[in-house]
Amino acid sequence: MANNPAKPEATYPSVRELSVQSDFAGFNLQRVRERIIEFVLFLAAMSSVAITLGIVGILLYESEQFFTHVSIVEFLTDTQWTVLFAEPRYGIMPLVTGTLVTSITALVVALPLGTVVAIYLSEYANHTVREILKPALEMLSAVPTVVFGYFALLFLTPLLQRFLPNLPGFNMLSAGIVIGIMIIPYISSLSEDAIKAVPVTIREGSYAMGATRLQTALKVLIPSAFSGIASAYVLGFSRAVGETMIVAIAAGQQPNLTLNPMEGAATITTYIVQVSLGDLPHGSIAYQSIFAAGLMLMLMTLAFNIGGYFLRKKFREIYE
Amino acid sequence: MMMEDLEQNTARRKRRDAIFAVVGLLATLVGMITLAALIIDLAVDGIGRLSYNFFTAFPSRFASQAGILTAWVGTSLVMLVTAITAVPMGIAAGVYLEEYAPKNWLTAMIEINIANLAGVPSIIYGLMALGLFVYQLKLGQSILTAGFTLALLILPIVIVATRESIRAIPNSIREAAYALGATKWRTTRDHVIPYSTGGILTGVIIALSRAIGETAPLITIGALTFIAFLPDSPITSEFPFISFQWLMSPFTVLPIQMFNWVSRPQQEFHLNAAAAGLVLMVMTLAMNGIAIYFRYRYRKRIKW
Repeated sequence: MANNPAKPEATYPSVRELSVQSDFAGFNLQRVRERIIEFVLFLAAMSSVAITLGIVGILLYESEQFFTHVSIVEFLTDTQWTVLFAEPRYGIMPLVTGTLVTSITALVVALPLGTVVAIYLSEYANHTVREILKPALEMLSAVPTVVFGYFALLFLTPLLQRFLPNLPGFNMLSAGIVIGIMIIPYISSLSEDAIKAVPVTIREGSYAMGATRLQTALKVLIPSAFSGIASAYVLGFSRAVGETMIVAIAAGQQPNLTLNPMEGAATITTYIVQVSLGDLPHGSIAYQSIFAAGLMLMLMTLAFNIGGYFLRKKFREIYE
Repeated sequence: MMMEDLEQNTARRKRRDAIFAVVGLLATLVGMITLAALIIDLAVDGIGRLSYNFFTAFPSRFASQAGILTAWVGTSLVMLVTAITAVPMGIAAGVYLEEYAPKNWLTAMIEINIANLAGVPSIIYGLMALGLFVYQLKLGQSILTAGFTLALLILPIVIVATRESIRAIPNSIREAAYALGATKWRTTRDHVIPYSTGGILTGVIIALSRAIGETAPLITIGALTFIAFLPDSPITSEFPFISFQWLMSPFTVLPIQMFNWVSRPQQEFHLNAAAAGLVLMVMTLAMNGIAIYFRYRYRKRIKW
């Protein structure tokens, strides 16, 4: 059959064959194009990993230079931080206490308020009230921190001084309170999501037992949603620890080893700002010290996040 | 006796419930009252300084002559670089993670990483930019560096917003496109991205309003606090008429200008700070208002 001359049309490709052929070529080209696009999109997604690597890499690299001049023991145990002085001392403790005092003051304000707001918005407020209050509260997290700093220094501090006459003009109390108010929306909206995620059946079970809304919220919803609420707290703490401008403006920038919020102090972040405002030569110890301070800040947030992770794991409730 | 106890108990619980309803409302109002106090405080102090001259004058040693010209020009240019960098990158990353990414360890790592980046303090981005952009890549303490820094900072917000609005598109839309022979990219380009524009736009505006207020990372990379000249004009009189010299200029931005004024001891500069703060607040609140309006409108219009 193969050499049968009675079939001349077989030497020409049929219309059908032709269209399949060209389709195949086009398909290949299209496939290459699709792969290229996918790869470009993949690179964009990988950029976030590159940012993390960049952050960790730069912090470690510059800190390593710092720690060739200053021993880690001195860094962690010395009680003075006087890098810019003629006889510099490199003890990070005063900056760490300043950071902790402002953050804890903020949490004292934000945790109760944020949690109450979350319960109120998810269990008590009706639809209209929610639709108005929620966006209004979110506006709070949109306010630039430098404006909050102005508010803390020139509005809240004079106000507090009426009740606490001994309060100095620069103090951590006022800065901490304002940071606390600033992070309420972060804590309330994440906690609210967590409370909302508790299955309706559990809520209804509690109501069926005759519990009030408050009892249901405190004894059923919060324990059930605790892992989510704990992540909200951890995020709030990270915000407070990393907050810079409010503290830089309202708490003074003087390193001060104290646990008293009524005094002024520097935090890790304000030290970085203070040094950056001056014109420091690249490569000097003071220049490297801001990276060591930044590393310390990262480690503090990391430690707290890991703690939060285990807390969440311990209290996690899984619903089918 | 028993019945009375029970009734008392019930009454007490109901009372507590009612009290909490009030406490909850008050707690919510704490934030709002603060916001109101802050705006009123800024307005009372700063509104007197707001004039045409305030927007067109360079900073000055004399508080009454100082203006925010360099600051708002700097803010606009930095925002331009930030938007051009972060928006395409964030949308591309979001599209990849929602539409393309296989379920494997690499994707999981990228996702965890984005969540973690959102929690990194902004000043750390500043340190990274100082080490990497300013000194390793030798971009200097320029508008370009500042724009990149803020772009990295808001990238997670753009990615998360993109992902959320893409997730809201039902699969039937994609399947309909595939059924007509569209490739994955055509489906994404002609259907997925257009339908999620509303959500993405909302996220982008919120992200940019965050970036406008950022101060610490820009101070860290070495933005100037007192600058009495403008960057080079992007439009030139000679061929090719467009110049990118401004990207390498030193700069200041509005929040840094405000910080500079608020850190001075003299009362008159505090008034300037309040006026600058007022301008900042109007900008961020307006952007957030627009974002909320978009969200509301798109949520209303689209019913799948």
